[in-house]
Amino acid sequence: MEKPTNHRAWLLVLPVLLAVSFSAVIPLMTVVNYSVQDILGPEQRVFVGTEWFRKVLRDPELHGALRRQLGFSLAVLALELPLGVALALVLPRHGRLASLALVLLGLPLLIPFNVVGTIWQLFARGDIGLLGVAINALGLEYNYTANALDAWLTVLAMDVWHWTPLVALLCYAGLRAIPEAYYQAARIDGASTWATFRFIQLPRLRGVLTIAVLLRFMDSFMIYTEPFVLTGGGPGNATTFLSQYLTRLAVGQFDLGPAAAFSLVYFLVILLLSYVFYTAMTRTKEAR
Amino acid sequence: MARIELRGIAHAYQAAPRSEEDFALRPLELVWEDGGAYALLGPSGCGKTTLLNIISGLLQPTRGQVLIDGADVTAAPPQARNIAQVFQFPVIYDTMTVFENLAFPLRNRGVDRAEIQARVEEVAALLELTGDLRLRASGLSADLRQRISLGRGLVRKDVAAILLDEPLTVIDPHVKWLLRRKLKQVHEQLKVTLVYVTHDQVEALTLADRVVVMNGGRVVQVGTPQELVERPLDTFVGYFIGSPGMNLLPCIVEDGAVMVEGQRIPLDADVCARARTAGGELRLGIRPEFLRRVAEGSPQALRVEVTQVEHLGRHKLATTRLGEQSLKVRLPEEERLSAGESCWLELPPRWTMLYAGGRAIT
Repeated sequence: MEKPTNHRAWLLVLPVLLAVSFSAVIPLMTVVNYSVQDILGPEQRVFVGTEWFRKVLRDPELHGALRRQLGFSLAVLALELPLGVALALVLPRHGRLASLALVLLGLPLLIPFNVVGTIWQLFARGDIGLLGVAINALGLEYNYTANALDAWLTVLAMDVWHWTPLVALLCYAGLRAIPEAYYQAARIDGASTWATFRFIQLPRLRGVLTIAVLLRFMDSFMIYTEPFVLTGGGPGNATTFLSQYLTRLAVGQFDLGPAAAFSLVYFLVILLLSYVFYTAMTRTKEAR
Repeated sequence: MARIELRGIAHAYQAAPRSEEDFALRPLELVWEDGGAYALLGPSGCGKTTLLNIISGLLQPTRGQVLIDGADVTAAPPQARNIAQVFQFPVIYDTMTVFENLAFPLRNRGVDRAEIQARVEEVAALLELTGDLRLRASGLSADLRQRISLGRGLVRKDVAAILLDEPLTVIDPHVKWLLRRKLKQVHEQLKVTLVYVTHDQVEALTLADRVVVMNGGRVVQVGTPQELVERPLDTFVGYFIGSPGMNLLPCIVEDGAVMVEGQRIPLDADVCARARTAGGELRLGIRPEFLRRVAEGSPQALRVEVTQVEHLGRHKLATTRLGEQSLKVRLPEEERLSAGESCWLELPPRWTMLYAGGRAIT
């Protein structure tokens, strides 16, 4: 049977196309436009070709921010994924306790990002913060505003506190979706707890873990608000990540051209790395 | 190889059962003889799976004991009993190959490599999986997956019984009979006790030597397929088995006869005497296939009005009316009969049962 062809149907997708172009394509094109011009004033602009791209790609400060950013995102993944899976495994499955645990676990996700930063800024202060005072009382020198390592650890701890619940909730949902028969079969087959995890739970969490990796990678790679509030990128540039550097470029120094070029590179890097993660995690499924 | 004995087994899913209604499984005594092929037949929610899980040890019964070869295993976990269980939806370890799947129960028990290899190959040959051993288990067809999960049960040398919980539900109809035949063949070769849960009477009657019929948490009858058809001891067995099920007509008892809608059917005097003392509603039971059309005025016969005739190929199924009651009759195709006529149907004493409160009077 031949399918009827009707070109007028294109009219029906037109509104969506228009909406998408206004919301995504046109702003993006503006950025592309800025990235190849030197804007001297509202009426004065010069086409500069790839100059800004060459400039930002050679910028040592940007290289530093990129290195810190990669280190931060990888550390976030390395900490939050195992922790999230572990939390999901120990969460109660039934009854009132289960609901209570889920609500408590989900609380950090409900807090506005800048409030998270503020909470940790106060929490970690060496003079009045519970965490800071406690660590100093143990005899360890801790000052996140002066020591780069302390600042790093504090930013990481904050992100783990903020986002591990998301990973845990995703995994919890994934675990709940495993039919009871799998656990029963494993018991009859004499599988140990570890074997049950390794051969039943982990393989069946693959889907949600892929989502968790992508979400946590993209989000952490774009992190801005919390470290901005907590450390302001300091001490020095120790916790200046990509988006903060970008903001400084665009808003602080008003270098719109380089900032636009940088934005595009930033966007492409996230797209590329997400694609790599996605392919890596779904590869074995299709390889069969 | 084992004889499984259930003594006073009862189960409630609530922690503190108060009334008898709380029990998913009412107290029961059952013995599964070594090497027998049993079917556990009953409607959904009648306690079949509960009973199965108690045998395999996935569930601890609220009351009673489970004995395997005389040893009390009530408290033993499933891995300590030598029982294999196959579930409704095939359980496969997706990340493993077919070989690793079959080897898994042995590896968990620390069996040495050479023996694992030998056992897996043996079971694979039995289940016709030899060619697929190196395939990854994910994405295989449902019948292959179900064969693998059966294989995981068979691979253990000491396996005492195989429990199957509606294993053919998700299998395509055209491979169902193949798998059923395979199962029968496995049973014949290994002589292992087989307990097969199903709600499909055809499956139960073709596969099993003995059928355990359950309803509402109770075992209502244990018997050979023939016994269940010919002498259902419970009205539930009567109408659950057979298509259509047994005709059950409310009746009253007189001396040596029962009265159905004002018509008289002579019946064994002893049975009638016992029926008078038995409590509960009295019903006369006769299967549609055992009714015979006879000449007007024959003894042992009822006069009925035909309301509908369905042609089912080799026979026809007539729905008739007897006063307020409806009576189904299976007749040979050559029998001439049409709606609106009246005719006489004989109830041969051999196939006519009398029930008081749902239980047969014998």
